[in-house]
Amino acid sequence: MSTPTSTRDWPLWEVFVRARRGLSHVHAGSLHAPDAEMALRNARDLYTRRGEGVSLWVVKSSDIEASTPDERDPFFDPAADKIYRHPTFYEVPEGVEHL
Amino acid sequence: MSTPPGSSPPPLRSSDEQPGGDPAPSRTSLVEYTLGLADDALVSAQRMGWWISRAPELEEDVALANIGLDQLGQARSLLTYAGELEAAGRSEDDLAYLRDERDFRNVKLVERPMTDFGVAMARLLLFSTYQLHLYRALAVGGDATLSAIAAKAVKEVAYHVDHAGHWVLRLGDGTEESRLRMQAALDAEWPYLDELFTPIDPALAGRLPDPAALRDAVLSDVRRVVSEATLSVPEVPPALGGGRQGLHTEHLGYVLAEMQHLHRSHPGVTW
Repeated sequence: MSTPTSTRDWPLWEVFVRARRGLSHVHAGSLHAPDAEMALRNARDLYTRRGEGVSLWVVKSSDIEASTPDERDPFFDPAADKIYRHPTFYEVPEGVEHL
Repeated sequence: MSTPPGSSPPPLRSSDEQPGGDPAPSRTSLVEYTLGLADDALVSAQRMGWWISRAPELEEDVALANIGLDQLGQARSLLTYAGELEAAGRSEDDLAYLRDERDFRNVKLVERPMTDFGVAMARLLLFSTYQLHLYRALAVGGDATLSAIAAKAVKEVAYHVDHAGHWVLRLGDGTEESRLRMQAALDAEWPYLDELFTPIDPALAGRLPDPAALRDAVLSDVRRVVSEATLSVPEVPPALGGGRQGLHTEHLGYVLAEMQHLHRSHPGVTW
C-alpha cells in the first residue's frame, strides 16, 4: 500500500467481549477497521486470541453518546448523599448467601 | 478422496512395519506426502512473516501475523510427524533448517515473493481454500496422526479463507485503483493454482485424499468469491509445476537463506 493514510479513512470501533455465557459484554478496547464486518474480525484477532471470549460486539465509536467530564457533578454527585438508595437498612437473615 | 465416507481405509503404518528391512514404498510415499503438506505451510508462513510491521494497518498486521503463526503451527506438527515416519532421527528443526532447496516439497504458489497486499490476499484465498478442502478430507482420512493435525487446522484455515475473501471482496469491489490491483494480483497467482492439484502418488491412492480430486470444489469456491468481488476469473495457462519433486523457482533459495541462516550459523542455538 503506497498511501498510509487509511487511518484517516478508517473509523474507530469500540469492542465489547463477553467472557462466557451468563456474563455481560464488557468493553475491551478499540480498533480501526473499514467497516463493521472487518471490525468484528479485527476484534477477534486483537481481543480474543487467548480464549478471552465467546461473543463479540463492535460499535462505531461515533455512535456512542457519552457523558462529559463537565457533566460529572450534576450527573453523579447528587447520588452521594442519598443513602436510602442503598439496601443497607435491612437485616439479612442468617444463612442467606445470595441476596 | 476416492474412499467413500464411512468406510475406513487400511491403516498405513501397521501394514508397513518391516523390522530390519527397507521402508515399504508406501512409507516413503507417506513421508513425501506429509513433507508436501508441511513445506506448503512452512514456506507460506515465512512469506506471511514478511508482512509483520509492513501491513497497511496495525490491525491487519496482527491478523496476518496470526495467520502466519497458524500456518507455522501446522508446519511444525507435520514436520515432526514426517521426521517420525522417516525414522532417521530428524526433528522438526532439522527438517526446517537443514534441508536444501531441492529437498523442499512445497508448491511454487507459496514460495514466490508476496510484497503486494493484493497478491497476499489473492494467494491466501487460493491457498487456504485448497488447504480447507484438503484438511477436511484428511480429518476423516486414513492416517490417524494426519487426521488429528488436520482436524485442528480446519478451524484455523476456515478463518484464513474468510479473511482473504473479505479483502478480495473489498478491494475488487472498491476503488478503481484497488480493483485494478486486485485483478492483477489474481492474474499473477492463478497460473500457480494448478500445481496444488498434482495427483497423489499411486502408492497412497485410496488411502489419503487425492489433491487432484479437490480441483472442482476448490475452483468453485474461489470463483464464487472472485465473481462476488466483480472481478473476472483469469484465463491463463498453468505455470510449470514440479515443486513436489523439489524443482523450485529461483525465489525459494532466498526464502530459505533468510529462514535458515541463524540456525546454520549457530547450530542448536536457543533463546
